[in-house]
Amino acid sequence: MKQSIWMKSFYYIVAFLFASISLYPIILMIVSSFKPTIEIFTNPLSLPKSFHFQTYEKLLDQVPFMTYFYNSVFVSVVSVLLILITTSLAAFYIARYTYWWNNILFFVFLMGMMIPIKLGIVPLFILMKGLGLTNSLWSLILMYTAQGIPLSILILTGFFRTMPMELEEAARMDGASDLRILWNVVLPLMRPALGTVMIINFIQSWNDFFFPLIFITNEMKKTIPVGMLSLFGEYSADWGALFAGLTLSSLPMLILFFIASKQFMEGLTAGAVK
Amino acid sequence: MQTMIQTETVKQKKRKKQKRWGIHLFPIPALFIYGLFIVYPLVAAITYSFYDWKGIQKQAFVGLENYKNLFTLEPFSGMFWNAFGHNVLYFVVQMVVQNGLAFFLAFIIFQKIRGAELLKMAYFLPRLLSVIVVGFLWKLILNPNFGALNVILSKLGLESWKKAWLGDPDTALMTIILVNCWFGLGFAILIFLAGFQSIPKELIEAARLDGAKGLTMLRRIMMPLMMPSIMIMTVLTFIQSFEAFELVYAMQGSQGEPYRSTDTLAVYFYRLAFGGATGDSTAIGLGSALAVVLFLFICVFTALFLNYMKKKEVEM
Repeated sequence: MKQSIWMKSFYYIVAFLFASISLYPIILMIVSSFKPTIEIFTNPLSLPKSFHFQTYEKLLDQVPFMTYFYNSVFVSVVSVLLILITTSLAAFYIARYTYWWNNILFFVFLMGMMIPIKLGIVPLFILMKGLGLTNSLWSLILMYTAQGIPLSILILTGFFRTMPMELEEAARMDGASDLRILWNVVLPLMRPALGTVMIINFIQSWNDFFFPLIFITNEMKKTIPVGMLSLFGEYSADWGALFAGLTLSSLPMLILFFIASKQFMEGLTAGAVK
Repeated sequence: MQTMIQTETVKQKKRKKQKRWGIHLFPIPALFIYGLFIVYPLVAAITYSFYDWKGIQKQAFVGLENYKNLFTLEPFSGMFWNAFGHNVLYFVVQMVVQNGLAFFLAFIIFQKIRGAELLKMAYFLPRLLSVIVVGFLWKLILNPNFGALNVILSKLGLESWKKAWLGDPDTALMTIILVNCWFGLGFAILIFLAGFQSIPKELIEAARLDGAKGLTMLRRIMMPLMMPSIMIMTVLTFIQSFEAFELVYAMQGSQGEPYRSTDTLAVYFYRLAFGGATGDSTAIGLGSALAVVLFLFICVFTALFLNYMKKKEVEM
């Protein structure tokens, strides 16, 4: 497009300005995590005088961060796996078989995207208590799986429908069972869609703060986001350690983003655009 | 020979039937988990709202009593409308600031400026943080004594702008909403950008040959075709504004400090359900009534809006 040089430079300035506003707080967080608290108070904007890892040592002394980290990894990985298994089975059934109730089933699952499930937290809490799952990581795993099912089914069903049937039919002629067809023939072709489902649900379960806030009180079962709540509650004066905690809890996601930024951005919007 | 073939086909038929039966197991695990942890709690919340509660013990059936109290009994009704107003403001400001800005920035990126990929990444980065991290990080930045924002303001010579952003009831809610905009901007940009990119190139080219440019091009040619993505962002922003909880909780606690000036319906609901609305006691009946009201409000408005937009789309 042809534009005046003024227009173009105006565009660049605006785009750059807001990019800095997006980035600066995150950079500030990382930089501050290498400064002792006293330096943050006296000189909040400067670069650290020397890289100071004691903030991290202190953080690890004050809260069982490695336990939080392990819990977060376990919860996210298991719930993503459960979502992949349950929704690829269900979506395969919805997309590939033509029983009259399939559309109803699809609709029932899709309704879940409109349900603000946080509002059902009281019955959920009582249910989890009844199942003996409060203070268990499984309460979170089951919740994240349930929450991820609607959107994942939408994405996978859409993808299944665009795939040609010939390969499956050929496999069926050879006498392969439905499960074998799904596992050996269909799923390998579905990698992009499965990747999208993985990313969306991984971010969701890694970052969620609401459900562990309600279900988990045992310090040793906390995930990183609620762990941050304990850190800020008890050590709110030690800003060096606070920034270190924030940085450390965001780092895994930031690293994954830099490895696969395109997939992240496409994945998260794919869910919404459908 | 004849019989062998016959038995073969019978066997095959039998196998086929078995296969058909097995396939119905496929959706069961998803349906079970979804039913137990999404559908059941919702239905249960509706029934809970018709009962009186002591702690987490269900007492007598009271009909619509909880709903009546929610809207007529003080302090509950006052808190409800106070929080409701904040949710409305949350929605309006996010629509104007976050989505308006995102639309414009997406338009800029769509002009094929250099570094578009890097810009997109920069805008998107905040979305990767946990909301609790966003809340705590900004709480530190906004701290009136040691926070970076006031230091930056004085370096820019804007001494008079310095404020206790979160401590002052006049600015606290707005500050939280703007932090939410910071968090959601990149996502909105990507949605709008996908919208721009889905406009057929030939159409833009043809319009340009007819002499359309700049704002005319945007308004007459692109705007109608952007409607689907505008609609998506409006619905998502609506749902998210009326569910707003985490950021307020992280930055101002479950009381919506200062003086409930940042209270939202979901935070109020949390207080009713888990204690702290009036003293320490929980009010599960009232909380469930509030949950049902909020749920119906979100669903009805979303459905009406989607319906309205669909009609408009057909007209265009």
